[in-house]
Amino acid sequence: MTHLHHASHQPTLQYHVFDAVVLGGGGAGLRAALALTEAGHKTAVVSKVFPTRSHTVAAQGGINAALGNITEDNWEWHMYDTIKGSDYLGDQDAIEFMCREASEIVRELEHFGVPFSRLDNGKIYQRAFGGQNLNFGQEQAHRTCAAADRTGHAILHSLYQQNLRAGTRFFDEYYALDLLKDQHGEMGGLMVMNIHDGRYHVLQSGHILMATGGAGQVFRNNTNASINTGDGLGMVLRAGLPLQDMEFWQFHPTGVAGKGMLISEAVRGEGGVLKNSLGEDFMQRYAPHAKDLASRDVVARAIAIEVKEGRGCGPNKDYVLLDLTHLDDATIKARLPGIRDISLTFLGVDPAVAPMPVFPTCHYMMGGIPTDLHGRVISPDKNGAQQIVKGLYAVGECACVSVHGANRLGGNSLLDIVVFGREAAKTISHALHQNSSKKTQQAGSADIELNLDSVLQRIRRWQNPAPSTDTLLAIRKALQHTMETGCGVFRNQDSMQKALQQLVQLQQRLEQVTLSDHSQAFNLERLAAYELENLLAVAFATVHSALNRTESRGAHSRVDYPERDDSEWLKHTLYFNDGHRLDYKPVNLHPKHHAAFAPTERTY
Amino acid sequence: MEFIISRYNPETDTAPHERHYRLDERELGADTMLLDALLLIREQDPTLAFRSSCQEGVCGSDGMNVNGQNRLSCITPLSGLKSPIVIKPLPGLPIIKDLIVDMKLFYQHYAEAQPFLQAKSISEAHEHLQTPAERAQLDGLYECVLCACCTTSCPSFWWNPDQFLGPAALMAAQRFVIDSRDIQKRDRLQTLDDPMKTFRCRHIQNCTAACPKGLNPSRAIQALKAAIAKTESS
Repeated sequence: MTHLHHASHQPTLQYHVFDAVVLGGGGAGLRAALALTEAGHKTAVVSKVFPTRSHTVAAQGGINAALGNITEDNWEWHMYDTIKGSDYLGDQDAIEFMCREASEIVRELEHFGVPFSRLDNGKIYQRAFGGQNLNFGQEQAHRTCAAADRTGHAILHSLYQQNLRAGTRFFDEYYALDLLKDQHGEMGGLMVMNIHDGRYHVLQSGHILMATGGAGQVFRNNTNASINTGDGLGMVLRAGLPLQDMEFWQFHPTGVAGKGMLISEAVRGEGGVLKNSLGEDFMQRYAPHAKDLASRDVVARAIAIEVKEGRGCGPNKDYVLLDLTHLDDATIKARLPGIRDISLTFLGVDPAVAPMPVFPTCHYMMGGIPTDLHGRVISPDKNGAQQIVKGLYAVGECACVSVHGANRLGGNSLLDIVVFGREAAKTISHALHQNSSKKTQQAGSADIELNLDSVLQRIRRWQNPAPSTDTLLAIRKALQHTMETGCGVFRNQDSMQKALQQLVQLQQRLEQVTLSDHSQAFNLERLAAYELENLLAVAFATVHSALNRTESRGAHSRVDYPERDDSEWLKHTLYFNDGHRLDYKPVNLHPKHHAAFAPTERTY
Repeated sequence: MEFIISRYNPETDTAPHERHYRLDERELGADTMLLDALLLIREQDPTLAFRSSCQEGVCGSDGMNVNGQNRLSCITPLSGLKSPIVIKPLPGLPIIKDLIVDMKLFYQHYAEAQPFLQAKSISEAHEHLQTPAERAQLDGLYECVLCACCTTSCPSFWWNPDQFLGPAALMAAQRFVIDSRDIQKRDRLQTLDDPMKTFRCRHIQNCTAACPKGLNPSRAIQALKAAIAKTESS
């Protein structure tokens, strides 16, 4: 069974027509799909894994909202913390919108069934998390709403369950290859492959929502699932659209050293302390006020410096310890049961008895597909004016609204996915109601012609039967190593130039390598090939964007340019893969309901 | 170390067959998980198919039968397994390829259990209040990762896979029956009061022995049956 021998003959392509197609079954995609289905739109969710296996499931600590269940709190303080955390690169209109929506949307999640932990008065439990304070930078806030340390699992399962109730149509274990444009150059559909049997399908729709998640697999040590390969980002770049702020990658301070499993910030929120080989609580030196609950970029750098200066622990002095042995057993079991499991399973130690070895590990992509705060993808026209890309939307980690700027606060990503998932669905629903003629295109009808040329070429390229000595896995490992050494927690001109040269070589190898397996059912080698094309595209975007930004801001720490430079760099990067072109656009400093927060020195 | 892995390619094979693989002990550390070993085997043979994603036991992708027991490969230490390690797909579901089974029926039963909260509609200005004790009732139920290790270890499911909902779905049902916020308890229990859907469970306890997350579906089903019996008598 080989399909698609040549472009003119495609008897095996199956067409499906939907009002809206949501690409991705994580929290952002499922929140959007729920709203679209409930609004009566014929909606499909395409996911390369069964939805509850999406990486939202691994989020641990919680979701931020100024519910004020423990202390007085309000969204303006949350907004300030998020802007400061972003190192002033976040768009203040979008951050304001997210923080204003937060309380209501967390309660909505509770109404959906999320089993939040509770306080004695029956309200949702809220824990302390990094970079969050009361009253514009004063005392530590308790703003992070938690379901033990399994908040992502609890939210993702509840959203999937609500979609079951609503009757959303799922294409589970389908892999999306590329966006398809019609004869007018507008978004018209998606080419997807059923992983079960290798058959290709066209999902036709005038409204496509990208919710494909992150791409942490570009780095060797990461907390991400193996599915996080930046598929949506590669698709958008191939469609000629830009990616924004790709130089900003969050290295979570506390991944299990050498292995990468995430140890939630909740551990420090519940009282855990980082220690070096001298037994010193070293965060006091880096963040005298917030200490272990400083922003993630600050804590990650502090750990990297401790290790670099010889105060690391273990035989190779290459990690620090996260100590919660002073907490009582009951607290650990009630509040951190998942972390206890991870420690017992992967380290063989009970965290109540022995501290956990940790080191900064790639965790989250602050950059992504540029959108406005309604989830609409935006791209500059020939004159540099930002224009809406008709029919294309993006939410969640794959999108860059930007609410995280140069550094995301813990607890803000679960918030981001539900706030903008719901908002994008509203936008699409509104557009569908406005333009009912576009609502149901006839499959294969004469008036819509989708351009399949480039995606068919891509499919055929991997059907090359020639043998090859090189392998996809070898290229992928080299890519991950290149990015870790060249563009990690600390970077400089030399390290990144070297990485870029290596990426160019890897590109050549990727163009030459062929598959050894051409079977149709669950061909994971072919899947890995498509994924690797996306990973490499993401790596190029990252290194080019990072090389050009000659300052340090948030998670982008350049040894050769250690200071933030607002006069030159208070702006967003836009990267296009055509000639690796870079463009820039201003940061939004115009919130609607609160005065703007002017950039100031950022200390914790 | 030797691995005997069940292989099946629907395009070329009429039935599953065993294939032997070897890994050098020096490649395997003291803390190597079975998933790490499978990934090394895939380096030898890129055609070997198995699901995996999070690699830390929360996504539930990589359920498989290992030396006769259903497990998640990513949280199964190699050091605890006797060589040769015999790996088969989860039993009782159709095989798509190698270690990958078709889970459609499993998901259908899950959906049939109506695993979604049906609570009183209240304003978005408030959350439903739930005491820590009421919330604690959900512990041991909500953490399920839908890996199907329990359901595919259950003889009642093997015997009546189309009718018996199986331990994962029934545990999900109980998770909502017991949720203090849910107002459809009576309807839920009536729907589940069925000799095939629920009462095929004979408490053989394979499910509880198999659960890689340490949950106890058997106990959950017992509580569910007791609640059904109580509704009948009231």
